Amino acid sequence: MTGTSIRINGKRVSVYPEARVLGAARDLGIQIPTLCDHPLLSPSGYCGVCVVEDRASGTLLTACNTPAAAGMDIWTDSPRACEARRRTLELILSDHPESCVICEKGNACRLRDLASAVGLSLTSEKHVGRLYGINDANPFIHRDLSKCIGCQICVRACREIQGAEAVEFTDLGVRARPMTSADTELAGSACELCGLCVSMCPVGALLEKPGRHAGTEDERRAVICPYCGVGCTLELAVRDNRILRVSAGVEGSVNGPSLCAKGRYGLGYVGHPDRLTAPLVREGGELVEASWDAALSRVVDGLGRAVAGHGPDSVAVLASAKATNEENYLIGKFARSVIGTNNIDHCARL
Amino acid sequence: MTNSLEDLAEADVILLTGTNTIENHPVIAQMMKTAVLSGKTRLIVADPRDISMARYATVRLRPRPGTDVAWLNGMANVILSEGLADERFIERRTEGFDAWRESVERYAPAVVERLTGIRPADLRKAARLYASADAAAIYYAMGITQHSTGTDNVKAVANLAMVTGNIGRPGTGVNPLRGQNNVQGACDMGALPDFYPGYQRVSDEAARAKFSKAWGATLPGTPGLTVTEMMDAAGGGAVTAMYVIGENPVMTEPDASHAAGALEKLEFLVVQDIFLTETGRLADVVLPGAASVEKEGTFTNTERKVQRSARALEAPGEARTDADIIFDVAARMGSPMPRLSASGLMDEIASLTPSYAGIKYSRLAHGGIRWPCPDTRHRGTRILHAREFARGRGKFHPVEFIEPAEMPDEEYPLVLTTGRMLYHFHTGSMSHRSAALEEYVPEGWAELNPRDARRLGISEGMPITVTSRRGSTRTHARLTPRSPQGVVFMSFHFGAEAVNRLTNPALDREGKIPEFKVCAVRVEPGASG
Ligand code: SF4
Ligand code: SF4
Repeated sequence: MTGTSIRINGKRVSVYPEARVLGAARDLGIQIPTLCDHPLLSPSGYCGVCVVEDRASGTLLTACNTPAAAGMDIWTDSPRACEARRRTLELILSDHPESCVICEKGNACRLRDLASAVGLSLTSEKHVGRLYGINDANPFIHRDLSKCIGCQICVRACREIQGAEAVEFTDLGVRARPMTSADTELAGSACELCGLCVSMCPVGALLEKPGRHAGTEDERRAVICPYCGVGCTLELAVRDNRILRVSAGVEGSVNGPSLCAKGRYGLGYVGHPDRLTAPLVREGGELVEASWDAALSRVVDGLGRAVAGHGPDSVAVLASAKATNEENYLIGKFARSVIGTNNIDHCARL
Repeated sequence: MTNSLEDLAEADVILLTGTNTIENHPVIAQMMKTAVLSGKTRLIVADPRDISMARYATVRLRPRPGTDVAWLNGMANVILSEGLADERFIERRTEGFDAWRESVERYAPAVVERLTGIRPADLRKAARLYASADAAAIYYAMGITQHSTGTDNVKAVANLAMVTGNIGRPGTGVNPLRGQNNVQGACDMGALPDFYPGYQRVSDEAARAKFSKAWGATLPGTPGLTVTEMMDAAGGGAVTAMYVIGENPVMTEPDASHAAGALEKLEFLVVQDIFLTETGRLADVVLPGAASVEKEGTFTNTERKVQRSARALEAPGEARTDADIIFDVAARMGSPMPRLSASGLMDEIASLTPSYAGIKYSRLAHGGIRWPCPDTRHRGTRILHAREFARGRGKFHPVEFIEPAEMPDEEYPLVLTTGRMLYHFHTGSMSHRSAALEEYVPEGWAELNPRDARRLGISEGMPITVTSRRGSTRTHARLTPRSPQGVVFMSFHFGAEAVNRLTNPALDREGKIPEFKVCAVRVEPGASG
């Protein structure tokens, strides 16, 4: 490589032409704290937390959006950088409501994490917080913009990954916040309620409603979405035979960080009380519960009688566009080799 | 899909038709939207309705419903007359060009305008944009196939890709989007009346001998009935018993009252599902199945990618997987099948199916593999037909415009077209039972153009009755310019509205897909029907 090389915390590193200081540091295994940077999104520099000191030029700069330039001598934790970072965090906190104790973001809050790392607590210095009504008029996304820290991850995610451009950051000074074009609720706007922005919000401003009070999972399992033919991978957080939450981002998946409202919020049917839990057989006009043994005898009798009486082609089998490949294979094998008919199809020919 | 989702964003131009992608394939729409916003890809949207994707389009066509062959041939006409065809590709890779060229000569832009309502200038713009791109892809869904001329529509789409050489390279191709999560897999696995797994014909002696040997039975050699034909045969008495697994034909078949009536005539009906569906209510026996997240298995997505899905939960109560139930029924019928695990079954599939021969569970741990995958060292196939077509040369098929089987008239003056929406799915048996989705969209509606509505004395939210020659259903009106004048749109997710009481069972001759996208109706204010 035609190496541009810079020094970070005394270590020399050669960098790619487009590299930024934050990325170069990451390559060295040095984590620079940040709230607004996200590896999947364009760099922004909004939060100012990633401030570092360049001793070559004697300046402080934000690592996420500053290109790594030849000769830089970066110190990520110099007293000047730490002091500046601390002041930035203080400012953000001064504007943040004191609801950490009840905020469901809990330990996952990056603001709380960074604040405690530099020894700040929420109550250190308090100005008047911004107050917004909680925007709640849809069953998927809980928006409490008083907790918004202005990182614009949601705005960038919606534009750069989801391509919906449903929210923009309106410049209203201290009241600046992400909102839909007409400042309407998400429902009914260009928002597709895909939940991507929620999954990336570093604080508790955007939260998912389904599974909000569900607690922690025992295990995570990767399954293919039961809905459309895109074949997104859903990661299910599971405990006590229940799905607590659904997320994306599984390695090797077709969807990366993305899902739609159906995949993310549409698995409630699995645990619905309407699920059939025992076989039913018709007795005197009514469907009544029966044992597997009794139900299967009826099936074998009913299919067998048709084959014996009218030949195998008097039986027809419908397989399922929702069943697995292995099951569809078995159903075809059953129709053709056990019943002896090619009368097999499924209901969705595309 | 001939191509893959990985190379979708390499297209310079995407022609979208008959797919309301944002609602039906949202994550593919996401890929398309970002490709457009990045400046790389330009979009042509051809759809009678003003679907959300139109916001991203460079060129917008709004053909009358059921006129796809006409405008697709019209695009080809412009491409040929303006010298935009890919002569080299036609010469080296295709056959039947001359006969086809003659057939599209009749579709000059002015003629196409009369048939479709598309202005010649727009048709030309679309044709030029599509044909001049280095890489142009066509994506379509049921808006192309669910017509009595569905197979012709698909041929017209393929002709367009061939005449411009947009096959076999990244960012090109003819790409149908599959509706349900495993339609592709169900077809691949031979859940079809004329094919064994891997599209090996039941009428082919060698294939029949191979499967007869592997399955230990003499298999029948004449193709069976399609689902719609099964319903007719059940009504007529030729089919007397049915085994329905995970499907709900009472809701999904066109002319739904006919389907229900046919099933009632059966001597024996067994339905296996996770809920008691409309079809299950007619059954003699209902067997409780396991949901997909309650079993290990693979699904094949719309880009032919075979992907593993883990077992995340236990099935409730006594519910069991389809595989376990089938094993039991087969054994009790005196023809036991080896009780293999999901991965064992995949090994059996691979041994009999050349396109799946290299698929093994151990290879699917970190992402899927696209078929054809002929051996266990093969990485799968990203793009089909890269060097040649499966049949050697690609054949141009002349197709002529034929009107939909049922056209509006005085008594039924509007066209009903059906589809899906983002927050529900198919018959809704899953999405209606998912609290958040159901809370957000609890009921269906019919979309009417405000002008039609005014003429009929219908206002926003008003209860209305929609009537076709086959039946009648009640719903609410939504007035929106998304629906062009003369067109009513309804989704089929809502049992109470059962839009398929209205639709026309006219079948496409070859694809045997019903004409869900066009039937004639009248709309009246009030819930009188
Ligand atoms: S939910 Fe999706 S569409 Fe809506 S604002 Fe967030 S990222 Fe954008
Ligand atoms: S998450 Fe949405 S786009 Fe992805 S497979 Fe499921 S239904 Fe389709």
